Amino acid sequence: MNPFTYHRATNPSDAIADHNRVNGAKFIGGGTNLIDLMKENVEHPSRLVDLNHVGLREVSDREGVLKIGALVTNNEAAYHPLIEKDFPLLSEAILAGASPQLRNMATCGGNLLQRTRCYYFYDTATACNKREPGSGCDALKGYNRIHAVLGASDKCIATHPSDMCVALAALDTTILAEGTKGVRKIAFADFHRLPGDTPEKDTNLAEDEMITGLELRARFSRQFKYLKVRDRSSYAFALVSAAVGLESENGVIKKAAVAMGGVAHKPWRDFEAEKTLHGEKPSEEVFKKFATSFFKGAAGYGHNDFKIELGQRTLVRALSEAAAKGVWL
Amino acid sequence: MSSVQININGEVKDLEVEPWTTLLDALRDKLALTGTKKGCDHGQCGACTVLADGKRINSCLTLAVMHDGAKLQTIEGLADGDDLHPVQRAFIKHDAFQCGYCTPGQICSAVGLIKEGKAKTDEEIRELMSGNLCRCGAYPNIVAALKEVMNK
Ligand SMILES: Cc1cc2nc3c(=O)[nH]c(=O)nc-3n(C[C@H](O)[C@H](O)[C@H](O)COP(=O)(O)OP(=O)(O)OC[C@H]3O[C@@H](n4cnc5c(N)ncnc54)[C@H](O)[C@@H]3O)c2cc1C
Ligand code: SF4
Ligand code: FES
Ligand code: FES
Repeated sequence: MNPFTYHRATNPSDAIADHNRVNGAKFIGGGTNLIDLMKENVEHPSRLVDLNHVGLREVSDREGVLKIGALVTNNEAAYHPLIEKDFPLLSEAILAGASPQLRNMATCGGNLLQRTRCYYFYDTATACNKREPGSGCDALKGYNRIHAVLGASDKCIATHPSDMCVALAALDTTILAEGTKGVRKIAFADFHRLPGDTPEKDTNLAEDEMITGLELRARFSRQFKYLKVRDRSSYAFALVSAAVGLESENGVIKKAAVAMGGVAHKPWRDFEAEKTLHGEKPSEEVFKKFATSFFKGAAGYGHNDFKIELGQRTLVRALSEAAAKGVWL
Repeated sequence: MSSVQININGEVKDLEVEPWTTLLDALRDKLALTGTKKGCDHGQCGACTVLADGKRINSCLTLAVMHDGAKLQTIEGLADGDDLHPVQRAFIKHDAFQCGYCTPGQICSAVGLIKEGKAKTDEEIRELMSGNLCRCGAYPNIVAALKEVMNK
């Protein structure tokens, strides 16, 4: 690791001000992604502003809005009674990720900002536009088994690795951010970016902003499924994953929310395709049609071609399993 | 250098560390508590597992300065004198190790798991011990050791 200075912030304003004062400063939550990348010399902050003592550790449910503080750990969120009961899709997704030790450290804010697991991004001997803008992308013609099949660009084909974020995308989460100019809310779909020509920017969070919390409204407490497909059955990142929430009325689908991980630079949702599910009776045929349109325009890069079919099968299974939890009368 | 005070295994220790010293390196190199092992140094193996304020964490992916004022327990602090911790006894009884390199991490992780109280079945024990790899493949015996302690 490169040398850096350290500041333990005592409240959010102190954190934002201190972070803004020093060029190259970075916030640190659990450190499970940042310290890893600092050891690899991919990140080299000049100063770390420790958020673990600023508060923001509450989970509350007020007037139908669930609020999760940015410093709530992944395990605290997954096992919180309010979340287990009303947002089981979120619990299921969090528990599908990392290990108990990592989830005890990882924060809900940090999880959103974890960086891609693209091997070339981690390897400073290779070309990577995300790590070093303009250097090229060794994944394009390299070993790209874990890479994107939707929404990629010729500058970067990386995927976002989070499980939690896939559920948050399906749950129409709002992100609470605070910076030197005040507070703002960001819709989940507008938070992470596609790579385009600037893959070095993962999100639309401004330089001076920190995440203070998350707000969730959609629940799907009965018909839900987080399905993660990976190379070993635990403690591995997703090849593809699906978060599904369904609501039924009079025997047909009233509302469907479907997000996928492992397929794009951000959790992928297709609101148009979702609408075609409304009013339908759940069936394999309906779900297959939906999966086909979800993957329209998908393109593989060689080693990851399999993700297009695997992704569609994963969607059909996740939708079927979510539907099977309901009563369709 | 930063001054840090950490309660480790019931003793308050004053340390001078650089901000970039990981908790794992501080334990091993500054405090000579070498029971905690360095396997991968990247959060991927669990050999460095310790308990921070009762919760299991990977000491390789956190900084010593972040634990100023914290209460830590390492493998050295589990036994009560010569009286081994029930999880340590169960590991010996069930032969839950071979080379022993992953064992301190496995045992600290198991203590954390039992305290969390989420695992009931063998399947759940395996899933919630998945953050600890064992190159010797002692997994079945590790599950047996945990089950014995949990059923007591
Ligand atoms: C071996 C291993 C396996 C893993 N497996 C999985 C997996 O299967 N699924 C999965 O989803 N994840 C997995 N993870 C990733 C893990 O979930 C993330 O590392 C974790 O969620 C990041 O949270 P953190 O609090 O530790 O972030 P940090 O490492 O502290 O920070 C990450 C980034 O966010 C910034 N940051 C942190 N908090 C804030 C804030 N409040 N406001 C603004 N910026 C902030 C930091 O500056 C940094 O850039 C794995 C990690 C490891 C090491
Ligand atoms: S896919 Fe993106 S992160 Fe990976 S090497 Fe290419 S530019 Fe870098
Ligand atoms: S040494 Fe910390 S997880 Fe491997
Ligand atoms: S006993 Fe050898 S690695 Fe587990």
